[in-house]
Amino acid sequence: MTELVLETQDICKSFGALRASRNISIGLKAGEIHAVIGPNGAGKTTLIGQICGTLKPDSGSVRLLGEDVTQLATRERARLGLGRTFQISSLAMEDTVLQNAVLGALGAAGNPWRFWQDALKDRALREKAESALERVGLQDHARTRTAELSHGQRRQLEVAVALTKEPRAFVMDEPMAGMGSEGSKRLTEFLDELRSEAPILLVEHDMDAVFALADRISVLVYGEVIATGTVDEIRSDAAVREAYLGEDA
Amino acid sequence: MIRETYLNTLTLGLFVLIPAWALMADEPFTITLMTRAAIFAIAAIGLNIALGIGGLVSLGHAVFFGIGGYAMGILAYHAQTYTPVAEWPFLIDGTKSMPIIWLVAVIVSSLAAFVIGSLSLRTTGVYFIMITLAFGQMFFFFTISWAEYGGEDGLSIYLRNGFPGLNTLAPIQFYGLCLVILCLVLLFTWRLSKSPFGLALNAARQAPIRVETVGLDPTRLKLIAFVISGAITGLAGALFADLNRFVSPTMFSWQTSGEIMIFLILGGVGRLYGPVIGALAYVALEHWLGGLSDYWHIYLGILLLLIVLFGRGGLIGLASGRKVAHD
Amino acid sequence: MSFLLLIEQVLNGLQFGIMLFLMAAGLTLIFGVMGLINLAHGSLYMIGAFCAAAVAAATGSFLLGLVAALAGAAAAGALVELVVIRRLYDKDHLDQVLATFALILIFSEGTRWVFGSFPLFLDVPDFLSGPVTLPGGIEYPLYRLALIVVGLLVALGLYLLISRTRLGIQIRAGENDREMIAALGIDIAKLYTIVFALGAALAGLAGALVGAIQSVQVGMGEPVLILAFVVIVIGGIGSIKGALVGAILVGLTDTLGGIFLPEALKLFLDPSTATSVGSSLASMAIYILMAAVLILRPAGLFGARA
Repeated sequence: MTELVLETQDICKSFGALRASRNISIGLKAGEIHAVIGPNGAGKTTLIGQICGTLKPDSGSVRLLGEDVTQLATRERARLGLGRTFQISSLAMEDTVLQNAVLGALGAAGNPWRFWQDALKDRALREKAESALERVGLQDHARTRTAELSHGQRRQLEVAVALTKEPRAFVMDEPMAGMGSEGSKRLTEFLDELRSEAPILLVEHDMDAVFALADRISVLVYGEVIATGTVDEIRSDAAVREAYLGEDA
Repeated sequence: MIRETYLNTLTLGLFVLIPAWALMADEPFTITLMTRAAIFAIAAIGLNIALGIGGLVSLGHAVFFGIGGYAMGILAYHAQTYTPVAEWPFLIDGTKSMPIIWLVAVIVSSLAAFVIGSLSLRTTGVYFIMITLAFGQMFFFFTISWAEYGGEDGLSIYLRNGFPGLNTLAPIQFYGLCLVILCLVLLFTWRLSKSPFGLALNAARQAPIRVETVGLDPTRLKLIAFVISGAITGLAGALFADLNRFVSPTMFSWQTSGEIMIFLILGGVGRLYGPVIGALAYVALEHWLGGLSDYWHIYLGILLLLIVLFGRGGLIGLASGRKVAHD
Repeated sequence: MSFLLLIEQVLNGLQFGIMLFLMAAGLTLIFGVMGLINLAHGSLYMIGAFCAAAVAAATGSFLLGLVAALAGAAAAGALVELVVIRRLYDKDHLDQVLATFALILIFSEGTRWVFGSFPLFLDVPDFLSGPVTLPGGIEYPLYRLALIVVGLLVALGLYLLISRTRLGIQIRAGENDREMIAALGIDIAKLYTIVFALGAALAGLAGALVGAIQSVQVGMGEPVLILAFVVIVIGGIGSIKGALVGAILVGLTDTLGGIFLPEALKLFLDPSTATSVGSSLASMAIYILMAAVLILRPAGLFGARA
């Protein structure tokens, strides 16, 4: 079995009586897209929070590149190579698209303690930011204020900011949400290529995208992984059909 | 944008033209008023770095203003009484030299900002406001009980401190000094707002989780911003003490914190020139309204209320028709 | 340092703390339900004291003065809520700070304009004046003892109001989930006005009660307001229980620190240095307490989140 880039081992998390994560163990292999699907309230957001460090599991551990990161803060996991995009865009809305991308590059460089030079005129930061914007197709919007972008464009910018860090693993929380079919299609193609650079843990509602992209799928219901397998295995899994797809289709 | 630039240029122009006129018309009081405005502007620029860029609603900036003031008061008091400030662990003498006083003011207020900031930034939101306000009050009561330096009555300094090559007793020369410092502080703040640090701090205000996710620590960014902010306001406090040749616990009071914030709000939060225009407007209001009525704070209160309820963006926002700062 | 003095100082600290509680309870209630930071709460304290002093002077009745303080502060609170405060609920904390700071300026200068700059005096009523002998032979001012009793009764009343009444249910719902109270068909605007007026009445009551042992003057409210903030930071925001515990802690620390720190320092230092250093330290004691709480429990002793 290949080395896992990112994995959770038996993590549990409760909020009062609600058991949002029950012994979840999932892994992300190099080069793959591993999708996590499940009905609303299944605990996907809680799972992502624990992987990225905004929530601490009650028990179990999170490992990144073989290292136990359970006790590390979000920013420390980011520095180790975890790239994340948010379900609800969390960008600096008053800033321009380029400024947001430069922020990502600045985080990758790790040294914000410069008080005099113009950040946008720093060659290294700017090149990194611009090439990330170009990859997601936002190069023509570099000077646009982020608040003026469409929802879909904000998703693209989220991905671009994550790209500036050249992460070792991506965690993407519903990157397709709010995108038109054209946008989803382009992003699908882009993620398809991206997996060879770094594997992607993809939480997504858009089933067309999930079935088109995923190498493996885990199904989360009531805080529990009820099945993990290839697209075909999941499609034919009786428990999944009953618990999830049956209701949805 | 263009109108805002005109307005900024006009404001700086006023800081040159009004004193020039006052000098020719032999109106030293007007020069004193302009000095006051320039010093208030520096204090508010300090707050603008924490509040405008970093989003830290500090109601305790009087602490730094007061520390700057007492740095001047204590050093000059010992110099004029020929007593040492301290004999242990090594001999420290008082001084009448402005550059040394400024340096001490900046260092001590930075240290205070570091300690207060480290404690206050353990929390956010309303807690931060209440804690900074409380620490301000702590310094206020401490100086009142500090009998060695005048307690409640404060300290008077007989002669303004000196600056090499200048006669600081001449109002226009002292004003010139304050104006140069104002311009330098403006230049620094402008560079800072565009620098990598400024970019990250700006983002930490708008979306702290984003800053975390790119691998930076928003709390540390805010702490450093708070320290820089405190240092600049501390420098203003030292200048203010030298303008009045007097320091008292009032410099530490919650009203002083509120006033520094008002300078900023009147002009426009987060705008480079906001504090400058606000401080000038405040001194003008204080002079004119204060001449019309003993109760001019009522009018100030009403004006402030109107700005908050209807005109966020301050005077610059109203004049330029843009609510959001910078481009 | 006798045992009797200790008891007396503990009672003083308790009395001070209980008065702080009346302020802090209103502040924390208003923050809990409406999410508003109200700097003008000290002005309502001042208004209560002035109403009491003016009415007591005109009628000769302290109790009528107290009624006037409650009514005056509640009315001022309701008026301010209707005209200004309700426009602030949706705004950020900076706007709330500025607008309520503006209200301080307006209230303080307005009061100065009406009553002048000289302090008014509110006398302790005859039936509460003089000392009372407590078990153990301690002589203690009856009025201060009455303040402790009244304050504790108000705390009890507040507890019953919140745990037992319909208004209390609405308040608790408002603290937990604002959308829920709308869903329950409660008139939020009315609820907010009532809560604000209730907080104002508590502040006004405190102002009137304290006004009889201190002078009644413009600016009397803000130092108390800031201490109430310290109380809230220590107790945890939104928690009435936290406000009570925090207030008593602050009251005792401040009062006992002023007595015992200089005494304690005399063990190490010469008496005059001990007195001056001790009183300086005592003036900072409650803030040091606040800093300690911040380091150990940033959300306060009874705060919701750690």
